[in-house]
Amino acid sequence: MLLTPGPSVGAGAAHWGGRFAAPITYVVFGLVNILVFGVHSHHDATFSFTPEFAKVSVPNLTLAAAVTCYVCGAITLVLAVVRLLDVLGIIRLGRVWRRVIVGVVLFLFIIALLAWADGGQSIPFNVVNLLSGTLDVSIPIMLGALTGVICSTSGVVNIAIEGQLLLGAFCAAIATSVTGSLWLGLVCGALAGSLVAVLLALFAIAYRVDQIVLGVVLNTLVLGLTGYLYNAIMVPYGNTLNNPNTFNPIKIPGLGDIPIIGPVFFDATIFLYITYVLLAGIQIGLFRTRWGLRTRAIGEHPVAADTVGIRVLSLRYRNVILAGLIAGIGGAYFTVGSVGSFGPDMSSGEGYIALAAMIFGRYTPFGAIGAALLFGFTTQLQSILSSINVPIQSNLLLLTPYVVTIVVVAGLVGKVRGPRAEGVPYVKS
Amino acid sequence: MTAPPPATEPPATPPGPTENDTQESKHSPFGQILLQAIQENTVTITVLALLSAAIIGGLLAAFTNTGVLHAWGDFFSAPGNAIAQAWDVAAGTYVALFQGSVFNPHTVSALFQQASFSTAVHDGFLSAVFNPLSETAVQATPLILTGLAVALPYQAGLFNIGGQSQFIGGAIMAAWLGYAYNMPFFVHVVVCVIGAFAGGAALGWLAGELKARTGAHEVITTIMLNYVMLYFLAYVLSSHSLMQAPGGSNAITLPITSNAHLPLLAGTHLRINAGFLIALAAALAVWWLLNRTTTGFEFRSIGSNTSASRVAGMNVERNWALVMTIGGGLAGLAAASVILGTDFTLNPQSYGTYGIDAITVALLGLGRPGGVVLAGLLFGALHAGSPAMQTATGTPVQIVQVLQALIVLFVAAPPLVRTIYRVRAARARGVSTTMSKGWNA
Repeated sequence: MLLTPGPSVGAGAAHWGGRFAAPITYVVFGLVNILVFGVHSHHDATFSFTPEFAKVSVPNLTLAAAVTCYVCGAITLVLAVVRLLDVLGIIRLGRVWRRVIVGVVLFLFIIALLAWADGGQSIPFNVVNLLSGTLDVSIPIMLGALTGVICSTSGVVNIAIEGQLLLGAFCAAIATSVTGSLWLGLVCGALAGSLVAVLLALFAIAYRVDQIVLGVVLNTLVLGLTGYLYNAIMVPYGNTLNNPNTFNPIKIPGLGDIPIIGPVFFDATIFLYITYVLLAGIQIGLFRTRWGLRTRAIGEHPVAADTVGIRVLSLRYRNVILAGLIAGIGGAYFTVGSVGSFGPDMSSGEGYIALAAMIFGRYTPFGAIGAALLFGFTTQLQSILSSINVPIQSNLLLLTPYVVTIVVVAGLVGKVRGPRAEGVPYVKS
Repeated sequence: MTAPPPATEPPATPPGPTENDTQESKHSPFGQILLQAIQENTVTITVLALLSAAIIGGLLAAFTNTGVLHAWGDFFSAPGNAIAQAWDVAAGTYVALFQGSVFNPHTVSALFQQASFSTAVHDGFLSAVFNPLSETAVQATPLILTGLAVALPYQAGLFNIGGQSQFIGGAIMAAWLGYAYNMPFFVHVVVCVIGAFAGGAALGWLAGELKARTGAHEVITTIMLNYVMLYFLAYVLSSHSLMQAPGGSNAITLPITSNAHLPLLAGTHLRINAGFLIALAAALAVWWLLNRTTTGFEFRSIGSNTSASRVAGMNVERNWALVMTIGGGLAGLAAASVILGTDFTLNPQSYGTYGIDAITVALLGLGRPGGVVLAGLLFGALHAGSPAMQTATGTPVQIVQVLQALIVLFVAAPPLVRTIYRVRAARARGVSTTMSKGWNA
């Protein structure tokens, strides 16, 4: 668990964040919508919902930018009052409704931001591009976060996600370039992620090295190794070793033609569909199967698990190594899924973001995916906004998810509790 | 606010390092420490770890070299040639590293070929002899300081991955004070160095305070702060109203005024500067803090057993915040040594890879100040020698990073080294300081 036990700490968090943290945050959002975006908005904002070459076209939506911002701000303020009444005990909201309010507030904030950004622009803002791009750039983060979820649930801290992504990208590029087979590249990428996981498992479980130290060192090792091999063999033999094809998008018949939803969710590379399958598989696997129960048991209380006959160490080995495959696939996306050729430090820290997404998502598959999408969304939003010359500081936009993560981890939004035995090597007595 | 127990000095046991509960007797003279280290196989394990990493690195260098690969293609017709070529590349790599970082005989012969010694000195031939050592010291300076920034919190049980953010914090302060103000010689440097310390300390404090107040794990907050500061640096360098040099579109600050440069130590031909002395002084100060003060005793006590320290009346939370503040300040000093010592300007890549390198330095140094200095010098030598190595043998500089990671991996897992070399198990706890206490500890 991320919150250290001890009476003083719990009391401190409650006092610091306070019961009023949520309403106050909403008020801030509402005021930003009105005073920052609303006041500075001009003309009309046009949103388009149709990708290029689509069979079915959806009409563009044109809104008066300033009015939209004011409306969003007003609704947010109303929600803040509702939440305040809930805090004061005047009305009772269930957990589900509280979460819905959080979602609506964020949604309105984004609408106001986009209205402000596109107000007066000649080019309509393509919402489909934003959403499908978000899914695409989030793939490595989502897969990395799923890897992290399995490892943490099993009681092993996996900081080496970054290394797994990077080695996966490297090996997928080489394998595809040499053999010409994209599928072989995907498999090699997955195996490369697993190779890092083997090292992680060996040192963490057998030699009981501190897992945080180990993860960072493995990341350094992979970063150095791929950078070295890139310069030593990929640059001289670029045509044969670093020239892979990339997967083409596959449109799912029927589903892919649904307006808006189709092009966003059902017209992507194989990696997105793999992510869907893995997400469903891991969610069901962890919470509905015997394997999941045992995995959660060895992460929470390995001694108890051992007593009832679960082989803790072998299950940990298996989980960590199998989870490595997932991150490896995520790494393969960098090369054979999107860009093609490999570049040094290609993953550029997305493994660490995946780690944050896992914690942000409270160690659950769906939560981790949601958090990963949030990170991907800001990246994609930033790249679209800078391409339509919106006067926003892209660097400040890019740093927001990290600040949000700190705020979340600090327990100001809600306490995050991880598996109790996470990172503790199990020594059979 | 937290409601910790009132801050009383450790009551039950007499304070001070004499009642050292960690039994590592760090207060003992260096000779005794050395003796103990040898008994615990620490030195043996470390040397063997270096050896293992060097062997793997040599193999890597040899078998990615195009000439060697061609020779091995003809292995069955000329096996001797293949092996000789592989050896040449591997040995050449290490020789070039050595020449670039410690001593290059060619510079000596060049010195003696000069007509008169005085003109040779004047033309920089004498400096050329010492240039490799100077470069090693220059490269080692930020490594030692950032290594200390990881090692000191490590003694208190905290893992500071935020070297990068703290470095950037210090760098922003050092650069800003360095180019925006005009102060007299010496005063200006001192102000800039103190500013850099404060800049790094602020970020370290933030991570420590978050841990103390809310229990947020410092690994996550420091990693996140790294990214926050990375983008923040890009932001301040992309705005003319903040730190970007006027009249240009490059993301770079104005040059630091010469009064704020760290003084050179050995003439204008060599880059070695007062930053190296700062690093050594900082290591000494950290050693003194850890082994000669009550605060240091509390740090180590908390690092060994948080609960026991809390029961003994130590204010654990306050110490967490304090140790991270000092650690961050040390990383800020590293930034000062780079910005004021060698770069004289700030750009979006100024932070280099110090954040990650720091962790390898601290781990190889076993989290002890003296060890960090030695590890910093070793890795500094690798960094200093790598450009010459790349020119001489065509081995890419990234091999240095591979070597660093391999060394630390072997050092962190003594059982592995023991198994490979069949060294008997250590009598005491030895190097297994990196044994995991768990994510939640």
